Amino acid sequence: MKTGLGVFIAVVFALGSSWCGFVLAPTLQLGSAKLATVLNSTDTYPAQRTGDATLGLQIYRANGCAACHTEQVRQDGVACEVLLTGLGKNQPEEFKKFMQSLLPLPEWQHHSKELTEAFKDWNGTLPQVVLGRTDKESADKMADLLKAAGCKSESQIYAFGTDITRGWGVRRSVAADFLYDNPVQLGSLRAGPDLANIGVRLADANIQLLHLYAPKSVAKNSTMPAFRYLFEVRKIGSAPSPDALNLPQEFAPAAGCEVVPKMEARELVAYLLSLRANVPLYEAPFTPVISAKP
Amino acid sequence: MNLNEPEISTDAGINASLRVSLLALFGGAAVWLVVGLALGVIASLTFHKPDMFADCSLLTYGRVAPAANDALLYGFCLPAALGVILWIFARLGQTPLALPMVPVVAANLWHLGVFIGLVGILAGATSGHTWLEFSRAASVLLFAAFLLIAVTAAATFGARRERELHPAHWFLFAALLWFPWIYSTANLLLAANAPVRGVVQPIIGWWFANNLVFVWLALVGVGTAFYLLPKIAARPLATTGYALFAFLTLIFFGAWCGIPSGAPVPAWLPTLSSLAGGLLIVPLIAIAIIVIKTIGGAKVSCSGGPFCFTKFGMVCFILSGLLYAAGACPKYSRVLEFTWFGPAQVQLQLLGFFAMIMFGAIYELLPRVMNAELPFPKLARLHFWISILGVALFVIPLAIAGVEQGIKLQHANVALADVNASALMFFRISTTGQLFLLLGALLFALNIFVMTIRWKIALFKTALAAIKAPLPVSEVKA
Repeated sequence: MKTGLGVFIAVVFALGSSWCGFVLAPTLQLGSAKLATVLNSTDTYPAQRTGDATLGLQIYRANGCAACHTEQVRQDGVACEVLLTGLGKNQPEEFKKFMQSLLPLPEWQHHSKELTEAFKDWNGTLPQVVLGRTDKESADKMADLLKAAGCKSESQIYAFGTDITRGWGVRRSVAADFLYDNPVQLGSLRAGPDLANIGVRLADANIQLLHLYAPKSVAKNSTMPAFRYLFEVRKIGSAPSPDALNLPQEFAPAAGCEVVPKMEARELVAYLLSLRANVPLYEAPFTPVISAKP
Repeated sequence: MNLNEPEISTDAGINASLRVSLLALFGGAAVWLVVGLALGVIASLTFHKPDMFADCSLLTYGRVAPAANDALLYGFCLPAALGVILWIFARLGQTPLALPMVPVVAANLWHLGVFIGLVGILAGATSGHTWLEFSRAASVLLFAAFLLIAVTAAATFGARRERELHPAHWFLFAALLWFPWIYSTANLLLAANAPVRGVVQPIIGWWFANNLVFVWLALVGVGTAFYLLPKIAARPLATTGYALFAFLTLIFFGAWCGIPSGAPVPAWLPTLSSLAGGLLIVPLIAIAIIVIKTIGGAKVSCSGGPFCFTKFGMVCFILSGLLYAAGACPKYSRVLEFTWFGPAQVQLQLLGFFAMIMFGAIYELLPRVMNAELPFPKLARLHFWISILGVALFVIPLAIAGVEQGIKLQHANVALADVNASALMFFRISTTGQLFLLLGALLFALNIFVMTIRWKIALFKTALAAIKAPLPVSEVKA
């Protein structure tokens, strides 16, 4: 390359192409995204935040909560499970024999271990998992078989993965979850737990406030810094404030004082409670019933 | 190729034209380096004792940690890089700095912008986007200052006497074009009044962060090394053809990295990024070959001098690039994402690679530009050894902690508190590394400031002597 013009052209091509790919194309694809529709329902998602929660997002931003918390749940995959919910006129022993008769069939061979395990010590309690982790096709086939045998069954779709086992969410996070966020703060480090679904996991505003004031009062081994500057410690006036925190003895302020959350703390908690990524969407399906999966 | 630059008569003129601009850029950079590392230490203290700053909103981890990173990147790396670019353009072009007063103004604007931005972050006025935390006022100042310096650099570039370009020219000129494009895009689309919606924000944020922290730093750092290494080793760069290949592959593959592979965005985006991350190995290998071929067997005793800094910086660049490529691979990313591995790679890129190359360049150029020896050459050599120790103690434990954290996070039966507890030991070691780096930064700042003060005293004495000097007899008569 002998002249500056050559460098200029190379830069325009290299950066220009990635600009088109990672700036222009996503803007065209997602920039005008509308509300998503909840699966098997006419409800739209996400719900607009309340005023408090919208302000709380700015408290979350200003204090850099995203430095330690992510808001993105990962999943390893989606699977179906088939639950036996009624035996009809069959006896448990008959049903066991029926299942055993399926084992040699070629289409159930790769499930044979699972089926044997499921019914080894079964004594007729319901609901019973027939197939715990399978694909849609096998689940439908099994449901048809059970129906033909006169039994009742339920098929459920669920997402699985470490984050979901940890209880951080019921499905992976998708683009639709962040439609109303500005700024969108996905986070990149999990020094603390994921918060994508914290409004469902920990729906009690008082516990959230306690946790912000003295994290160790809620989670004993917490490494979260306390955010005491979001609270006011003041002398109790003529009557204790109804908003005062009900702190355990070791975290309580001096006698005659009470801890009252400032506006910021309440807004932040309102925002945390608004984080509820718990509806099934087309791109992240699941059956919204508490399932008995293994 | 103009490797053995002929010492021409305007050498002193070139140096004099650069003097004030470079002092303005490097002086501020040294201050921000110390500030950034000190903030980094404060941030990691929170992990040793979580309640330490519970009553002080200014020092809460979520504010101090981004402030520390921004002070290092925008406070130290960029102004140091701009100074080095100006010097290399003037040296390679054998021409004095065009518009010598513009960078002085720009440097002051830049440092003012960094100051406003950092105060804003600590006060809670951050934008919430990684690496773009600075408030709008600060971003405007930085952008204006960058343009002013880029114009000066381009004018110097245009006035060069040797028309053919040195490979360092490609990298550095590309960097001058790169930054305004990415910085304006990111700020207009993310920090403006009507930002883009939803996950388009993090997508553009990742694009920007990758193009600044990986590609831009790589362009300037590698370009500077391609100028310094052959010059100090007194051998030609091996070879221009390889360098062209490395340059083109670096910008074409590098620009497409950065979208994490599990991100909640349309799947084609992370897929493209992972592919580009894998291809990044190509320029890394090419650059490694160039460096080895250029300095292999060169008999240069460096003992902690600029040559050592540059060599160590290049080793860290290759390592950091490999870690970056590994992080882009979906298989490893599943484990390494959301752990301390990411910050370890970023710190290796900033402090192990880029800062080391800048230290090398500044220790090499400052005595020439100032026409005076370094005040404490021994401390400069000590700085090298302390920096190596600091980088190793800071980055290696953090990366190990990240891998361990990632593996444990994969097992849902290990509670998060236990995962964090296992990282604590490594974290303590890495804080020691930060303290060493801070000490090194103080030595660096000491050298620069004593040099500046001596120069100012000399200027003052010259001026004083000129005033006190008895008037020539002829003037008295008149």
